[in-house]
Amino acid sequence: MTTYPLEVERLTVAYQKKPVLNSVSFNIPAGKLIGILGPNGAGKSTLLKAMLGLIPVVDGDVKIFGGAYHEQRKRVGYVPQRESVDWDFPTHALDVVMMGRYGHLGWFRRPGAAERNLALECLTKVGMSELAGRQISQLSGGQQQRVFLARALAQTADLYFMDEPFAGVDATTEKAIVALLQELKEQGKTVLVVHHDLATVEQYFDHVLLLNGGLVAEGPTQEVFTPDNLQKTYGGRIAILQDFSASASAGQV
Amino acid sequence: MLSSFTSWFADPNLQWILMGSLLLGLGSGVIGSFAYLRKQSLLGDALAHAALPGICIAFMLSGVKSMGLFILGAIISGALATFGIHAITRFSRIKQDAALGIVLSVFFGIGVVLMTKIQHSGNGNQSGLDKYMFGQAASMMLSDVYLVGAVSLVLILICALLFKEFKLVSFDPGFARGMGMRTAFLEQLLLLMTVIAVVIGIQAVGVVLVAALLITPAVAARYWTDRLGVMVVFAGVFGGLSGAVGTMISGTLSNLPTGPVTVLAATLLFAVSALFAPNRGLIAKLMRRSRQRVEVRQWAGTPESGLGAAASRRYAGERSADS
Repeated sequence: MTTYPLEVERLTVAYQKKPVLNSVSFNIPAGKLIGILGPNGAGKSTLLKAMLGLIPVVDGDVKIFGGAYHEQRKRVGYVPQRESVDWDFPTHALDVVMMGRYGHLGWFRRPGAAERNLALECLTKVGMSELAGRQISQLSGGQQQRVFLARALAQTADLYFMDEPFAGVDATTEKAIVALLQELKEQGKTVLVVHHDLATVEQYFDHVLLLNGGLVAEGPTQEVFTPDNLQKTYGGRIAILQDFSASASAGQV
Repeated sequence: MLSSFTSWFADPNLQWILMGSLLLGLGSGVIGSFAYLRKQSLLGDALAHAALPGICIAFMLSGVKSMGLFILGAIISGALATFGIHAITRFSRIKQDAALGIVLSVFFGIGVVLMTKIQHSGNGNQSGLDKYMFGQAASMMLSDVYLVGAVSLVLILICALLFKEFKLVSFDPGFARGMGMRTAFLEQLLLLMTVIAVVIGIQAVGVVLVAALLITPAVAARYWTDRLGVMVVFAGVFGGLSGAVGTMISGTLSNLPTGPVTVLAATLLFAVSALFAPNRGLIAKLMRRSRQRVEVRQWAGTPESGLGAAASRRYAGERSADS
């Protein structure tokens, strides 16, 4: 029997009695890039946070590589939303990346040369090695996002959760992130990405989760990423989008 | 003045008190760095004010002036205040800053009422509780000084041991929790350490101003560096200096309360930092801006900027249109 990197069963999350996620169940196959899609307030970030144990769940069960999350923590990497931290914190890029090793170090132990080298390697992978010593407030938004990605790489995990890594980044950073996702996939790692740009979904992801309060559809991109499912996920809004794109292409001709 | 200064230094008791306030400032500065970075500067102030009723009740129940009991009372009322702030933000639409304001003033009001009652009672005068308002370092008993010094050292030691954990919890608590760090425990510990730093500082600096010893050195230290480790050390040194200077000046000038002098010393350090610190200081910023202005002007005047050529072309065009 193969164990899935991630199994979610009947996951239900509520903020002050208002249900945000309603009985969501799915299994994620290994070695895939998975896009989590849905309108604002659909519970995408909530799903990530609930799976990571950052917020309390009302009901449901999350298994990571067949075990409870707290047993498998070292196999999980996390990229929070960039806006979730104060970038004027007194620290530099390399130091932030080294934070990815703190979970492996355990209590009291300080990061040393080994952690430093690994962190530098991860910064190089995202094309940021020259900026290792830069105070983090002096990095551009895209560079800050890459620092967060490098920190997740330093976690040397098998399953990654990324909360909107493509939000507000320039083309260079977007390319760097895509290349990184491909590399992780080639290494057999599984990556879940909260994503907003519908135009790039088919290009970036093998697998999609469509979310709107509950799970609308889930599966390989070719099968699931259909106008019908998108209509169900986004409601009327997607129709406007399609009309717009249709008229735009008509205008070009 | 000078003779009182030298005689003051000859007194071993006062030497200890000076040492105590130095350590107190050091510990407060170190803990304050984390409170400041976690945007909980005001919480320290609320906790200090909330400590007053705890201290008064501890005195009313026991009838003795004991540092240990006062600390216990202050921690209990501090915990109640934290709980109150938490409950208000959780169960109403009131935001944290307003909740802090409400709880701080209510607890302080109760504290002042209780203190007035104690002073009008029989043993009120020898209680020396009035010193707790603005602080009087010189009034500390030697045993208290030892306690203050020892507790400060323990606080600094914990910060050194858990530096990595405190750093991550201050910078990115969500990520810390995701990787399995006991963030709830660490946050509670930081809060408890803030309460303790505030409480042991109350006798020397006073309820009203003790929060300044927590925050001002940290804010001043932030100007000098972009490294957390360096910032914490600077904040400790600034806090220690302020504490020592405050104690010395208030001890030599007749009965000036220690708190205000300490705060003024800390604020002076802050002003110097805000003005003269490299990079983040005001003067460095102004110099950088004027240098950039000159550079941009020079660049705009050179041929490769394209601005000069375009301007002369436009001028030529206007002339030909005229004729």
